[in-house]
Amino acid sequence: MYRIVRKETLSKDVFLMELEAPLIARERKAGQFVIVQKGGDFNERIPLTIADADISRGTITIVFQRVGASTYALAELNEGDSIENVLGPLGTPTHIENYGKVVCVGGGIGVAPLYPIAEAMKKAGNDVRIIIGARTKELIIEEEKMRALDPNLIIVTDDGSYGEKGVVTNPLKRLLDEGDVKHAVAIGPAIMMKFCTKTAEEAGVPITVSLNSIMIDGTGMCGGCRVDIGGEMKFVCVDGPEFDGHLVNWDNLMMRQRTYKAQEKEDLDSCKGGICGRLGLK
Amino acid sequence: MIEKEAKEVLASLPETLTPKDRAAIPHMDMPQQDPKERINNMSEVALGYTEDEALVEAQRCLQCKNKPCVSGCPVGIDIPGFIKKITEKDYKGALSVIQESSLLPSICGRVCPQESQCQMHCTVGKMKKNVDEAVGIGRLERFVADREAESAMLPEIAPETGKKVAVVGSGPASIACAADVRRHGHSVTVFEALHKMGGVLSYGIPEFRLPKHLVDTELEKLEKMGIKFERNVLVGRTRTIKELMEEDGYDAVFVGTGAGLPKFMHIPGEDLVSVFSANEYLTRSNLMKAYDRKDSMTPIFKSTNVAVFGGGNVAMDAARTALRLGAERVDIIYRRSRDEMPARKEEIEHAVEEGCNLRLLSQPVEIIGDENGIVKGVVIRKCELGEPDASGRRSPVEIPGSDYTEPYDTVIVAIGNASNPLIKKTTPEIETNKRGNFIVNPDTCETSMKGVYAGGDIVLGAATVILAMGQGRKAAAAICSYLEGNE
Repeated sequence: MYRIVRKETLSKDVFLMELEAPLIARERKAGQFVIVQKGGDFNERIPLTIADADISRGTITIVFQRVGASTYALAELNEGDSIENVLGPLGTPTHIENYGKVVCVGGGIGVAPLYPIAEAMKKAGNDVRIIIGARTKELIIEEEKMRALDPNLIIVTDDGSYGEKGVVTNPLKRLLDEGDVKHAVAIGPAIMMKFCTKTAEEAGVPITVSLNSIMIDGTGMCGGCRVDIGGEMKFVCVDGPEFDGHLVNWDNLMMRQRTYKAQEKEDLDSCKGGICGRLGLK
Repeated sequence: MIEKEAKEVLASLPETLTPKDRAAIPHMDMPQQDPKERINNMSEVALGYTEDEALVEAQRCLQCKNKPCVSGCPVGIDIPGFIKKITEKDYKGALSVIQESSLLPSICGRVCPQESQCQMHCTVGKMKKNVDEAVGIGRLERFVADREAESAMLPEIAPETGKKVAVVGSGPASIACAADVRRHGHSVTVFEALHKMGGVLSYGIPEFRLPKHLVDTELEKLEKMGIKFERNVLVGRTRTIKELMEEDGYDAVFVGTGAGLPKFMHIPGEDLVSVFSANEYLTRSNLMKAYDRKDSMTPIFKSTNVAVFGGGNVAMDAARTALRLGAERVDIIYRRSRDEMPARKEEIEHAVEEGCNLRLLSQPVEIIGDENGIVKGVVIRKCELGEPDASGRRSPVEIPGSDYTEPYDTVIVAIGNASNPLIKKTTPEIETNKRGNFIVNPDTCETSMKGVYAGGDIVLGAATVILAMGQGRKAAAAICSYLEGNE
């Protein structure tokens, strides 16, 4: 059992939970994730990045957005409640080195997994520039934590309700055009990472992305998360989640992410997980 | 029907039976769910013997002095011994004979390939020149285990020794090893990566072949023996073997992590949306209970026309699961002929009875998708049989120009599994062969790392439940003598 020692509502649909998980806290490195299963026979296993960890408290932090039945059900838990199953740390840690100047781009909920990477890049001596973006102001998360790493933090919203209006690739292009950026990192929706990769490609800058494919076990035994990386089949849970963005077959990734779209909607509409009445969902 | 026949046979048996009388008793079939019914549910297909049926079948055993059947059992159960107890209606006695050698009779009686193990050596089958006419040892084992489920006794545990053993993985090899080591009074902790124990018994073998409540019952027995279970620990990531030994104080480690890495064919189209490894398909259905659409939060793809690639037991399990999940047509595509299929004969028969089609001498060469990435067909090349290969099976030879496209909306790839590379990657001290399997001393199952033992599929490659258990027991014996020598 993994006790929730802190829960915060970061925005209307985004939640932070600090979980008691001393073994994972001790072993985790930037870029790694956990698989969470709320408990019982019928809950599904979902992958969530380790957004932070505190070895002395023996805790890890996860940040998730309510998007479907399972995340709605998870968001129903409160401080003092427990999650039955948390497996981790999983995945290959981020390759961190002193590149010189690094740009880190986070989109939506992707800002949470970006934080430990940006932090590690900074610790390794890099000049770290950070761009975070979201659809609208209330979906911007972890602004203060990011600003602590980069005082010149750039914020972008689709609707211009906060920061600059537009998409993250605009400021990314500006920073890359300055010329001394040696490496980029992008985490967010696949479509955002795809266009960040395109922008980096035009500037001739290598880019690391963190892929978010469908997962079940997270240990390499099913291949549900497989992706095409430069023509080779790789498993995101073991070989990734981070890959060289220039080698990713983005269209295939996005196509595979839609595998269960219809059933996911059905599950949310049918109020699985006992979540409908309380949340006013139909 | 079968029960009635059994009653008649029982009534007609003379007081004392000569071997000739015994050999003349007809082999008892096991009652089964009707194929038309059973494809609409997940309940067990084979219903098990009634007492009368078991008594008749048990009388067929000749009680051979040299017990050839025992040599075919990887854990050496005294088969004539327990069958004799059945004929005496001493079912508790029969179970204790089995338990001297095997802790999981309700599971092995169901999933062992008896026709290539104990029953292959049975004298009755040899007399009749037909292994299908051998004494139904597996069915009798299952009968005893099910009938006496309540009275299964816990083995005696020796006084605590203070030694600690870590068992990595909770599949059949690990279960067998953990139980034997614990019996010697050592403290045992089993580490499992998934949220449920049991390995392939939980995620791989479907409910309709092995009801999960049986697996749970067997595991509860181990817990009652004082074995500790730690779920959600992936050795290699959460802890390494070195850390277990050097920091956590384990005196020995047994690695039974299996062969869970799915193989793909590496043909075009394998990355389409509705192409699944059998591991993924079965894990969704079995472990995550996706077959229960009403309650399970884990989705599974809705399929109408399914192609399963492969001819082993896993392919049969995947094909039969797809039928139960509502597929209208399931084709099992295999590149050799039916005689070469590695699946158990009984499983192939069950699959065919249920309506799966065998598309034999056929090699998939490409998967074709629509604009949404959903499979719409498979390009199949016809094959003919050539010379036998290293495994003794005749090799398939592709016929040039024979390609044709067959429509499907789902592909399940079941062409085998390899060992998971994670422990190998994080524990370079352990020597592996070029397939990634652990190299062990065949007599002790010890690896090249001192105090670390391994068994089951991580050593054998994808094999069987009972072979894994046999290795687990062998390793346990070696671990116990290693720990005792250390005192």
